[in-house]
Amino acid sequence: MDYNLHDDGREYRGVTQINGPLIFIEKTHPVGFNEYVEIEDANGNIRSGQVLDTSDKTVVVQVFEGTTGLDLNNTRVKFKNNPLMLPVSRNMVGRIFNGLGEPLDGGTQPITKQYMDVNGLPINPVSRTYPRKFIQTGISSIDGMNTLIRGQKLPIFSGNGLPHNKLAAQITRQAKIIGEDVDFTIIFAAMGVKNDVANYFIKNFEQSGVLEKVTMFLSLANDPSIERLITPRCALTFAEYLAYELQMHVLVILIDMSNYCEALREISTLRGEIPGRKAYPGYLYSDLASIYERAGMVKENKGSITQLPILTMPNDDISHPIPDLTGYITEGQIVLERDMFNRGIYAPVAGLPSLSRLMKDGIGEGLTRADHPHLASQLFAGYSRVKDVRALASIIGEEELTPIDKRYLEFGESFEKKYITQSENEDRSIEETLDLGWQVLSILPRDELHRVSEEELKKYYAG
Amino acid sequence: MKETKKIIGCVKRVNGPVVLGEMKDAVKMLDIAEVGEEHLIGEIVKIENEQFTIQVYEDTTLIKPGDNIYGTGMPLSVELGPGLLGNIYDGIQRPLEEIRKINQVYIKRGVQPPSLSRDKKWSFQPVVKKGDKVREGNIIGIVKETSLIDHKVLVPVGIQGVVEEIRQGDHTIEDVICRVDTGEGIQDIRMYQKWPIRIPRKVEQRVFATEPLITGQRVLDTLFPIAKGGVCCIPGGFGTGKTMVQHQLAKYSNADIIVYIGCGERGNEMTDVLLSFPELIDPNSGKPLMERTILIANTSNMPVAAREASIYTGVTIAEYYRDMGYDVAIMADSTSRWAEALRELSGRMEEMPAEEGFPAYMPTKLAEFYERAGKFRTFAGNEGSISIIGAVSPPGGDFSEPVTQHTKRYIRTFWALDRKLANERHYPAISWLESYSEYLETLAEWWEKNVDPIWFEYRNALMVLLQQEVKLQQVIKLVGPDALPDTQKFVVEICSMFKNAFLQQSAYDKIDSYCTTKRQFRMMKIIYLFYKKGAEFLKGKYTLLQIKSLDVYHEIYKMKYSYSNDDLAQYDKLIAKIEHLSLEDGYGL
Repeated sequence: MDYNLHDDGREYRGVTQINGPLIFIEKTHPVGFNEYVEIEDANGNIRSGQVLDTSDKTVVVQVFEGTTGLDLNNTRVKFKNNPLMLPVSRNMVGRIFNGLGEPLDGGTQPITKQYMDVNGLPINPVSRTYPRKFIQTGISSIDGMNTLIRGQKLPIFSGNGLPHNKLAAQITRQAKIIGEDVDFTIIFAAMGVKNDVANYFIKNFEQSGVLEKVTMFLSLANDPSIERLITPRCALTFAEYLAYELQMHVLVILIDMSNYCEALREISTLRGEIPGRKAYPGYLYSDLASIYERAGMVKENKGSITQLPILTMPNDDISHPIPDLTGYITEGQIVLERDMFNRGIYAPVAGLPSLSRLMKDGIGEGLTRADHPHLASQLFAGYSRVKDVRALASIIGEEELTPIDKRYLEFGESFEKKYITQSENEDRSIEETLDLGWQVLSILPRDELHRVSEEELKKYYAG
Repeated sequence: MKETKKIIGCVKRVNGPVVLGEMKDAVKMLDIAEVGEEHLIGEIVKIENEQFTIQVYEDTTLIKPGDNIYGTGMPLSVELGPGLLGNIYDGIQRPLEEIRKINQVYIKRGVQPPSLSRDKKWSFQPVVKKGDKVREGNIIGIVKETSLIDHKVLVPVGIQGVVEEIRQGDHTIEDVICRVDTGEGIQDIRMYQKWPIRIPRKVEQRVFATEPLITGQRVLDTLFPIAKGGVCCIPGGFGTGKTMVQHQLAKYSNADIIVYIGCGERGNEMTDVLLSFPELIDPNSGKPLMERTILIANTSNMPVAAREASIYTGVTIAEYYRDMGYDVAIMADSTSRWAEALRELSGRMEEMPAEEGFPAYMPTKLAEFYERAGKFRTFAGNEGSISIIGAVSPPGGDFSEPVTQHTKRYIRTFWALDRKLANERHYPAISWLESYSEYLETLAEWWEKNVDPIWFEYRNALMVLLQQEVKLQQVIKLVGPDALPDTQKFVVEICSMFKNAFLQQSAYDKIDSYCTTKRQFRMMKIIYLFYKKGAEFLKGKYTLLQIKSLDVYHEIYKMKYSYSNDDLAQYDKLIAKIEHLSLEDGYGL
């Protein structure tokens, strides 16, 4: 080992141990926790890393680009005495970066004096304002039943092969706030997704003419997995800059959070930490929260960050730690259902497990329409009964059902075919969605509708 | 905490929030230490040979080996005095409003504004005079803290003697308001005191809890009541409505003081409470809810060690108000996040894990926390209580996990949230099959005395029907509803009515959101009477269809939205209507 200290006293040649994406260096000057590190391999290529553990004996660094090609003697390590910073400027909007925020589009590094710590800081709960503005996505199953609110974090729980990309692209194309013409921008962070998927989104953004509004941070499937740990943080740091310094409305799409969690597990295992459920580290919840909680709106500021994380549930299992912990942090979830997808229904948004927590304060009189809360509640109740009736019918046969149960079956059919089903390019206004809701609800006898008021029945019920 | 700061050691190792220090001076277990030149607050949790471990309550980025560690010589404490109510603190009682004035949007490191305002003057009204004998916990005077709450200034623990001087008038909390001659010298008493959060405050005696904590939520008050001074947990997977129940309790329960601890939960939820509470009116007092509420917010993205401390901070503040003789209710949302913080810190300290990685001492710590609840006789000569309602977030909604299981050992009311009910948007999604209350029989006496002598009978009769319905539903699932005779179908029908018209309660509906005990009883009675009447009619050869077409049938379904708490006469009218239904005149059939 060569303890060749350079002029600023922070650079070393040679490391003691390399293990997966981690390198260990001994006998350094005092190195700070979370410090940003530059690693130069024998060929002079520079990689970046971060200090995970520091003591007076050993420093552990995780290398985001992976350690392939590094050796013990010729690796040079330079400690930068600051955390990982992202340069931020308005000119970055519309460009493509890698997972660490370096340009991928052939352009130059953004020229700016402003750098922001990618780890961010917790927002003071007192500084937040409560999100209330309804975002119309034009998709009935979302607008009517699981309304998206500006400043919300609403994940899509999907499974392999389900059309989550199509849905996310449609939301991005159609999302708008009624009666308001504001500048919004999209940040697209890809973690470990296939090149095809990234291209699908790029093409889709291009066709709908929003490409120049989209900033991309791509860490694709063939990039080192460890890079994915930084990708969402870079994206959100840039989002915070746009939202809170330039007062813009930012929609952040994070795809696929499952890959992010895998990378976290990889690092945790290599560090020999005590594993939690399914070997994910015990701090997975806190770590995910440090990403998701960066959505929101703050006082005295016009900007907002809305998050639409997408995750594929391993084996469609919603109780798997990734969707489970995500659901505990995010404000609801849109769950895609394989059964509906197989029956040819798009968007296959599962009726019962999907939920938007911020919906209650973002809908109703003056926001969407006065009958919206009761109508949504009644549709949920009705559809829930449909599920029970279907289960019963599969045992005793449809013929044996009572007349009222048969009406429910009919309602279920119509709800799925007319209300849920729509084409990829169909952009329904909230009024259309609500009227459609009443139309299918009118299949049920009036006596069954306990969750809507008399006046609403008088006004809208057409049975 | 700025008083005595000397260097007690230096940093040897940093691993997330856990810092290992090398000792340079004597250190004491659980004392506060401050790390680095930004003075990041931490607590000494382990001492070994010449080394000690600190769990740091702030982000440790760029802390490096060799940095100084300062000692304060004090355990982690909270400031107790006027100004707590209506305030919002983080897990270690830093005032978030003050931090916002310094840091704007974010919470940066190393800010330590005082927990209680040093400038604000409070009008102090003594209740003792010169020459009176006082001892610890006695009330020496009163400060009007909010229009709702009289803050009683207590003699701090350890002081006993004769009042030498007492100063009426406007004072800041740091002014001396009373001087006590203890026989060994004069002790100054100020309006505030400090208390270490991990040590329960002294109290005269534990007494039996006999009064219900009325929550205004029908399923809770009527089916599974909790006592003032009781302990309760609400477990449920995500989206089953834990937080909604907690919010409803914070809004409507008839405690004098509410301490709401947001432990590792969403930032927006705390904002919701912060923005809505000042506008909401307490149905019991008619004053804004914020005047009786203290919020502790340590959201999921705030430092994990402070999350661990937050529930102790909350319960210590609660004990202080209990000592004044108030009934305090604590909502801790969620204790699972607290247990996970414990697990995370334990892992970083490389302790041996027990079940699912939780440290073996987790159940002990849970017990210590829940045992701080109860009804007590205080040194002030009155009675006060602390009720704890802890939310639990079991992974995957599976109640067999360690936190739920161990919590169940120490609580006496269990409100199980059910995924299936939540999916049906049946809120509050409290399962009538899994939930229980060990206070039921004690509290039944209160209901019988204060509301109606046959309360218990009706309540049990309806519970029996609900249990019957489960069996009937199983039959229906196998052979269809038509196989059941009308009498059994009617039981299913009544249960459906009970669920829809009684158990379900909309938090957003002005009339339905809060339900007084008198109204709850009448609603229950109405459904019960209708059941009795219907069963009688079925015997008298009427069909189920005919019964369902009665006017009252529909009126019952809509009553919760139609008749408010003040409209008890309407309920009595409905009761009379049902009682007057008779077979002979074929009323309404």
